[in-house]
Amino acid sequence: MKERLETLKEEALDQVKSVTEQQALQDIRIHYLGKKGQITEVLKGMGKLAKEERPIIGQIANEVRDVITEAIESKKEKLEQEAVENQLREETIDVTLPGKSAQVGGSHLLMSVIRDIEDLFTSMGYQVAEGPEVETDYYNFEALNLPKGHPARDMQDSFYITEELLMRTHTSPVQARTMNKHEGKGPVKIICPGKVYRRDTDDATHSHQFTQIEGLYVDENIRMSDLKGTLNALAKHLFGEDREIRLRPSFFPFTEPSVEMDISCKVCSGKGCSVCKKTGWIEILGAGLVHPNVLEMAGFDPQKYSGFAFGMGPERIAMLKYGIEDIRHFYTNDVRFLKQFHRV
Amino acid sequence: MFISTNWLKQYVDLSHVSINQLAEDITKTGVEVEQVFPPIMDDDHLVVGYVKECKKHPNADKLNLCQVDVGAGEVSQIVCGAANVKEGQYVIVAKPGALLPGDFKIKKAKLRDEKSEGMICSLQELGVDEKYIDEAYKDGIYVIHEEVVAGQPAAPLLNLNDSIIEFDLTPNRSDCLSMIGMAYEVAAIYNKDLSLPNVQLEEAEEQSSDYISVEIDDQQANPYYGAWIIKDLQIKPSPLWLQNRLISSGIRPINNVVDVTNYILLEYGQPLHAFDYDRFGSNKVVTRLAQEGETIKTLDGEERTLANHHLVITNGEEAHAIAGVMGGEKSEVQDDTTTVLLEAAYFNPKTIRQSSKDHGLRSEASVRFEKGIDITRVKEAASRAAQLLAELGGAQVLGSIVEEGSTEWTHEKVTFNQDEMENRIGVKISMDQLTSIIERLQFDYETDGKTITVTAPPRRQDIKIKEDMIEEIARLYGYDNIPYTLPTGEMSQGGLTERQKLLREVHDYLQSAGLYEAVTYSLTTESKACRFISPDVAMLNVTPVKLAMPMSDLHSHLRLSAIPELLTSLQYNVARNQYNVGLYELGSIYTQTNGEKTQPDERTRISAAITGLWENHAWQGVQKPVDFFVLKGILEGLFDYLAIENVEFEQVQLEELHPGRTALVKVDDETVGYIGQVHPTVQKEHDLQETYVFDLNLDEILQATNTREGYKPITKYPATSQDLAFVVNQEVAQAQLEKAIIAQGQPHLQSVRVFDVYEGEHMEKGKKSIAFNLIFQNNERTLKDEEIEEARGAIVNQLEKEFDAVLRG
Repeated sequence: MKERLETLKEEALDQVKSVTEQQALQDIRIHYLGKKGQITEVLKGMGKLAKEERPIIGQIANEVRDVITEAIESKKEKLEQEAVENQLREETIDVTLPGKSAQVGGSHLLMSVIRDIEDLFTSMGYQVAEGPEVETDYYNFEALNLPKGHPARDMQDSFYITEELLMRTHTSPVQARTMNKHEGKGPVKIICPGKVYRRDTDDATHSHQFTQIEGLYVDENIRMSDLKGTLNALAKHLFGEDREIRLRPSFFPFTEPSVEMDISCKVCSGKGCSVCKKTGWIEILGAGLVHPNVLEMAGFDPQKYSGFAFGMGPERIAMLKYGIEDIRHFYTNDVRFLKQFHRV
Repeated sequence: MFISTNWLKQYVDLSHVSINQLAEDITKTGVEVEQVFPPIMDDDHLVVGYVKECKKHPNADKLNLCQVDVGAGEVSQIVCGAANVKEGQYVIVAKPGALLPGDFKIKKAKLRDEKSEGMICSLQELGVDEKYIDEAYKDGIYVIHEEVVAGQPAAPLLNLNDSIIEFDLTPNRSDCLSMIGMAYEVAAIYNKDLSLPNVQLEEAEEQSSDYISVEIDDQQANPYYGAWIIKDLQIKPSPLWLQNRLISSGIRPINNVVDVTNYILLEYGQPLHAFDYDRFGSNKVVTRLAQEGETIKTLDGEERTLANHHLVITNGEEAHAIAGVMGGEKSEVQDDTTTVLLEAAYFNPKTIRQSSKDHGLRSEASVRFEKGIDITRVKEAASRAAQLLAELGGAQVLGSIVEEGSTEWTHEKVTFNQDEMENRIGVKISMDQLTSIIERLQFDYETDGKTITVTAPPRRQDIKIKEDMIEEIARLYGYDNIPYTLPTGEMSQGGLTERQKLLREVHDYLQSAGLYEAVTYSLTTESKACRFISPDVAMLNVTPVKLAMPMSDLHSHLRLSAIPELLTSLQYNVARNQYNVGLYELGSIYTQTNGEKTQPDERTRISAAITGLWENHAWQGVQKPVDFFVLKGILEGLFDYLAIENVEFEQVQLEELHPGRTALVKVDDETVGYIGQVHPTVQKEHDLQETYVFDLNLDEILQATNTREGYKPITKYPATSQDLAFVVNQEVAQAQLEKAIIAQGQPHLQSVRVFDVYEGEHMEKGKKSIAFNLIFQNNERTLKDEEIEEARGAIVNQLEKEFDAVLRG
């Protein structure tokens, strides 16, 4: 009987070892350990044994049962684990296939440039001022020291609607309008972005519609050096800490003195290259101290107040910053262009 | 404006500075340099040669074999292909080693067995622009007709060694429209002395007044007119030095008389005009305003009709010149001219400006007159011209100029003090420095040690007020020397307004919803300006604002909707194989009530246009083109984002839009715009597939924005979900049912959501089924089943009653 049990044990362990299916393992359990299983069958013969042999055989039978049970349990665990592994293997995907992208749009580059400049100046205590694009001759020209017949009106041939109405040629009328609202009391600190229009035939460097952003600071004792410091902060913000600026004389009817600001050329670091026309400098914007006539017409006492103003073209800034060669890209809305400037 | 530095050096010593440095210094101090043209050639190997002998090349029909004296007794054999080379000519020789323009190096060579030691040059080969080359030398070598010696350097002779600076003059610096003006500027920069032309004139005994008298009819238009008679002139080409100077300034030499007047124009900035006296037809000059409709044939051969504000120079009867703009053909100086009537005048800048504009003629003369010339130098310039005509044309200058009017000038005086300078410039400049800068400018001044009063010279008509002097001081002090400071005034509250912040939120939302921001043109065609106008705009009784003088029909009218231009942008993309495009624009439209001429209102619109695939995931089989509900979903998302509650979409038919797929958008019962599919015929016009657009009044929307009120606690009581499906007639809109459900479901109905819409098979024709999911909830307690049953019952009853709706089992 003892041998029989040993044989069963060996037999069962062999079968457990070779089994690969969970169901087959269950069958083995029933076959050996079930109520009608082989071991029970063997133990049925216990009655025939001598009394003193019974506990010995009983113990052996229990040991055999334990060994088989343990083998089955461990095999079961193993098979279950294998099953999980199999499933995971089957569920494996090619992670390099493209994902389901969410639709993402983006800001227009010009608007990003404008927002960037707005943010810089609002952080310095400026407000953002806006005004109409169809302007009166008065605000577009006269209030800016450009009386009718002034030669400098040639500089910006305009789209007139009536004799007194035109598409604004610059954002400067917003300065005049805002100063008027302040009723002669400073400070006025504004930044004015917007669309402007000039009689130009559209080509790579001209656009009949473009954008401008201007700044104005009117207060007591505003000096040329304040303008220089402010423009320096702007230039470094836009083009990097390592850029240098220089001011040189220019002419705008609404400022006196008038200057233009250049930044040192990034391409050649000031040595001279084709980008900067061999000068080492790139023209960025026009600026100056507000002309006393402009202050006066807007209700400010030029004896008491002075101010600076500056204006630039976001197109030009974007073109310089990103090496864009054709201004028309800003107005065709080609998605291949727009997508490059999701965020800047 | 081109400035020859060789010429400039005649007035100011510039030996201490390189040309590039000069250009940079001028740019930094006053006038922007556009470009520096380096010398074409500055080469010792280019010399004057004397052709001692010229024979046919023994082995080539078209070549000549020349023995050329190139100086110091050296005779070189040069093979020359030009047909016009002859014995006894002085020519330009490029000796071996010379480097001609285009990197053309001259070497000793053998041509058809004959050695050739250099090249006899044409002007083209020397880099001279074709337009300045006399016909005689266009197809051959250049022959020198002046006194020269063999071996003398030829580059200076032809001014090839000149550096030319091109300036971009601002309108205020018309003083720099002359060499002398530029010389003043450069002298101020470097604190140098000026040596101006020394005019020495010998006048004949005979008097100009014997030949001519002057009468000014309108002092306002013509403050001064001088006429001078120059007799016994011989018309011929100008000497090289004069031609060179004109060429370096971009003016083509013609003959000695024309060249001299142009030379004075360049040197003094004083336009002169020379009439052929014998062709002038009278012995008196009368300047007057033209009669309306009077005509004159100008030098360019054009017949021009005058108006009564155009100043003309007449012989008492007919016009011989449009004053300051262009002379008349009749009295043009010609090869046989012997007596010249030289005009030296000052015309009113405004008169000339208008005249030049009306005739579309911007001449070198008119440009200067209209900016205002230095009236005090008119006579000096005339004397200088007379002197040159005597020198170069062998002429007699008759006794003094015959003149009318006055050359007096009222000098502007500008007073300022040191503190004012400091307060504007931002740096303390000592009185000594201030006066030294004023002296460099050669302005007269007086000072009491505190204030300075400057008298602006007439050449600087831009100096009128204190600020002009601030600029003069600042620029010569040097902008580089001004410190960097920031304004020191009170702090002020900066930042964006609520509206500006909201606009940014709208941008951010739409971009995150998948749309790209577009910027399109405000000016469009007339037909586009009349399309896609939203009913809320159309009700304002508007027509598109029209430009008085558009440059083209493409941009002639102001838009009333951004949609037409956005469709153009979509079309542009699709034509470039970019089929899936979603754009939005936030911009103005311009509304003006029909027939009015007042400033239009500018209304901010939010517009979008999308086409192509919206969901595009091909390898998983998902490729959904955009549809109405995609765009509507974006819009609903925007309303939700802005916490706008009372929004309705109402089926509508609008021109240019799909009649069955368009809705009015209403906020608080007001129409704010539309959303819909572009009409298939319009789509086709643009080569577009299904395209959806919306166009809304942004300000109306922003007004309806609710600021979210505080925090609502999150309830701990459970919600109950109920599904109800109704069969209704197809015409019944979902929104109508939803409205009724919400009304009946109070107070516990939290939300209603459509989860199924069905029509077709298993459904009676003309009917559809709409299934709603309802959520009931009370924030303070658990709802009882009876309460929900009651609400449900009320809903079912109401829908049966109002819409004939049948609850599906």
